[in-house]
Amino acid sequence: MNKINKNLILAFTLSLASLLPHTTVADEFEVSGRIGFEQRYFTEQGQFDNQLEHNQASVFIEPEFYWGWNQGSDSLTFKPFYRQDSVDDERSHGDIRELSYIHASDNWELRAGIRREFWGVTEFQHLVDVINQTDGVEDTDGEDKLGQVMVNLSLVQDWGIVDIYLLPKFRARPFVGEESRFRGEVLVDNDNISYQSSAEDEHLDVALRWSESLGVFDIGSYWFHGTNRNPILTPYTENGETKLRQYYNQMDQFGIDVQATIDDWLWKYETIYRSTDIEDFWALQAGFEYTYIGVFNSVADLGLLIEYGWDSRGEGDELSQGANVQNDVFFGSRLALNDMQSSEMLIGFGADLEHNAFSFLIEANRRFGESFIVSLDVRLLQSTESFDPLYSFKDDDHLQLGIEYYF
Amino acid sequence: MLNKRIITTLFTAFSLSLGSYNVLAESMQQQEAEKLGLEISTEAKFRDTGWNDNTSDMLMLLRNKQGQESIREIKTKTLELLNDGDKSLTIFNKPRDVKGTSFLSFSHPVANDDQWLYLPSLKRVKRISSRNKSGPFMGSEFSFEDLSSFEIEKYNYNYLGDETINGLDSYMVEQFPVDENSGYTRRIVWLDKAEYRVQKIDFYDRKNSLLKTLSYNSYKQYLDKFWRADSALMVNHQSGKSTELKWDNYAFKTGLVDSDFNRNTLKRAR
Repeated sequence: MNKINKNLILAFTLSLASLLPHTTVADEFEVSGRIGFEQRYFTEQGQFDNQLEHNQASVFIEPEFYWGWNQGSDSLTFKPFYRQDSVDDERSHGDIRELSYIHASDNWELRAGIRREFWGVTEFQHLVDVINQTDGVEDTDGEDKLGQVMVNLSLVQDWGIVDIYLLPKFRARPFVGEESRFRGEVLVDNDNISYQSSAEDEHLDVALRWSESLGVFDIGSYWFHGTNRNPILTPYTENGETKLRQYYNQMDQFGIDVQATIDDWLWKYETIYRSTDIEDFWALQAGFEYTYIGVFNSVADLGLLIEYGWDSRGEGDELSQGANVQNDVFFGSRLALNDMQSSEMLIGFGADLEHNAFSFLIEANRRFGESFIVSLDVRLLQSTESFDPLYSFKDDDHLQLGIEYYF
Repeated sequence: MLNKRIITTLFTAFSLSLGSYNVLAESMQQQEAEKLGLEISTEAKFRDTGWNDNTSDMLMLLRNKQGQESIREIKTKTLELLNDGDKSLTIFNKPRDVKGTSFLSFSHPVANDDQWLYLPSLKRVKRISSRNKSGPFMGSEFSFEDLSSFEIEKYNYNYLGDETINGLDSYMVEQFPVDENSGYTRRIVWLDKAEYRVQKIDFYDRKNSLLKTLSYNSYKQYLDKFWRADSALMVNHQSGKSTELKWDNYAFKTGLVDSDFNRNTLKRAR
């Protein structure tokens, strides 16, 4: 839990507690959550010194405590998370995914505390999703996020939902340690962090979002002003050891996400325009998902996904990092058996159209009994260009077995 | 009144077919049967109108041929709309891995429904395609269309005759889905004459062979008007699997309004 600002959490717990009506006892209390075990097997030796050889095991716990009162109009949710990793101290980490109070009225809601907010419609890259910091040690897919301190007022209007966010506390991205796979040759220092803003990690970020469903269209648009969630990494040497320091600049970002749901087709489009002191750029991710219902004369559904990603910064070279996804195409297939055990399989393939780099993944999972989910993932990565971010991971092909118990 | 009309119509049809056995009489007979089928179904819908909103807890017991069981626990909130299909929120509690998942649906009598799914692990609201009417609901023997609200416009009708079912004198009405994405060619519905409650439904697949039978048990009346069954059993004749439904905590006119059904309420539904 060393990565969490304990004082901050304490302050928030106290301020949330003061919001609770002292005379009312919660009329609903519920505990749920999950405990999991995960085993990774890497097929090749790592590229860099001190990286683990083949096996990485870990366990995690994520309980959720819920209190509700006034027929659920007021509620408090607390969701801590902790993972213990067998090899990487940086990956052994805790986080408060959620500690938030919600008051819901007829046409507005106030949400305050540590929360997670997801925006967007595409599957292979989440361009417009900007509120929460990526939990960089959990996984490589960027789907896991750190809890974000916020006050969010949500207004339901005839012309859509308007969300106003005040984000008072920034959280730096945690990076894996020396023993881990999925890192570059030079380690990222999790303690050497600097900011463009003199307020550093206490810069008050703001966001305003409008979203609405109009017929077959689901549309969202926002403006974000505050600390860029992506660090600029620059090498420095201290005591003969070279590391990467993290620098977070300020950004203004405008984003749009649209999904058109037309019969068996989901058409998806996301675009952002980001402006910082260093560069201005825009990027898009767009594609579709088509579902064959009752495929192979069975009750199974087969979905086909194609997406394309583009970024005006172009590909990286020896001098600049460029964009990870700058002219890339993605193919995916999702098979849902619709059986009692909810068996599912996802196959994904991503390729860079400008240089030789690709990634391939299979994710399969199934329920066992009433409360266990077993998942098996396979990830293969390849790149021949040394400036490509994927190049550092080219020997990190692995299998991953997960067993989760839900309570 | 309807009873009387059916008798007269039947009598007319009968005498016509006796009198002159010709094509005209047969088509008139057919027209009458269609009209009666529609009338019975309209009456059933009419009698179940005016409940404003309701909430209930539903337990699904899935059984396979080997007798293995699996449980689904679901809460539903529905708002009745008289000029359109109903709005509903479905909240999943079991299995535990889908706890917190919820489903918002704006149904329409003929057009595609608008549906959103909230996935709590990703905090993501996803608009989903509502074309999947024939697919199984959570691995059960109920398809999505079996669980959607009954709307007159969804079917063409044919009155088949009378039969005693569950000890009750009942109408047999054949219903042909209008939607080409339906998983059925037709269904035969038994409605008791006294209260127009669905007692039993036979479902015929796209090849017109008997696929499933749904039977309702222990009807109770709420607010002196609306009948709801305590349980129902769906048996799949082709796979040998079955799903039992048990309802609890039925409540009507609870004060739900339109603003209880949007993407915000979907995210915090419990």
